[in-house]
Amino acid sequence: MKEMKGLKYILTGLVFGVIMAKSEAISWYRIQEMFRFQSFHMYGIIGTAVILGVIAVALIKKFRMKDTQGNPITFQDKDKSWPRYIIGGSIFGLGWALTGACPGPMFVNIGYGYLAMIIVVIGALSGTYLYGLIKDKLPH
Amino acid sequence: MLELLRQPWPWYISGAAIAFIMVLLLFFGKSFGVSANLRTICTIAGAGKKVKFFDFNWRTQKWNLLFLFGSVLGGVVASTLLQNDEPLKLSAATIEDLKGLGIAFDGGLNPSQLFGTEVLTSSKGILVLLIGGVLVGFGARYAGGCTSGHAISGLSNMQLPSLVAVIGFFIGGLVMTHLLLPLIF
Repeated sequence: MKEMKGLKYILTGLVFGVIMAKSEAISWYRIQEMFRFQSFHMYGIIGTAVILGVIAVALIKKFRMKDTQGNPITFQDKDKSWPRYIIGGSIFGLGWALTGACPGPMFVNIGYGYLAMIIVVIGALSGTYLYGLIKDKLPH
Repeated sequence: MLELLRQPWPWYISGAAIAFIMVLLLFFGKSFGVSANLRTICTIAGAGKKVKFFDFNWRTQKWNLLFLFGSVLGGVVASTLLQNDEPLKLSAATIEDLKGLGIAFDGGLNPSQLFGTEVLTSSKGILVLLIGGVLVGFGARYAGGCTSGHAISGLSNMQLPSLVAVIGFFIGGLVMTHLLLPLIF
């Protein structure tokens, strides 16, 4: 039973990985194309996901839907403090355009066979650690 | 069916599938956000002993680590069972721009020039990947989420902070693409 519970997350992740790869969202080239506004592809992917996501979340809230455990599905509001989003977001964007990979695609790419992405993951773990180390000194 | 799945997926199918993953996780009682795993891995490695930020019960995030592990397997499936040999249909303008930077389009998902094993013999190549990774990891945690947590989950829940974060992603991405890449390559 406990193994089954874990399995559903592995399978969901597997489908996510396949989607990321087959949609070419894990492609460094596609990310470059996006930041150069030379194709609709990535905007289409993110736009469709967000529009359908907005509808789904609205329906979940309206009908007070419950999760598979029978608990009401809740949404946490993000903290309303701006520097962290604009500064942190911009730092993230610098790395996204350089490596062509956000955290999900980094790992999908390793599975795909781009083993050099392991270096990007090591960097991302170091960056996360660095944030934890100095977070109290940063404006949030 | 398999033949159909092997083709590159159109953007509307891909976008709908990503929304489906987010909704599925909501029905599992979880929230879609990949970069949280980076913090969890730091915690498992023992970072919580020295830095308070990492001192939390990582078992609450076990499901997310399994999801991450699954996504690696998804990459394996995509490159084997669902592999397709046609070159990526990158726009001609991008191919031309990248040529100007000295980065060749080789038809794969990622330029082997930057991500092939030969990069491991170049200190500049390693440094580019490492620094890029540091920026992604630091920025994601500083902003409180990445593309999945902010652009997908946050925007779907119409969170203004997530919109600001996504605008930040683009400011950084545009600066790197148009101002810094010509200096780096």
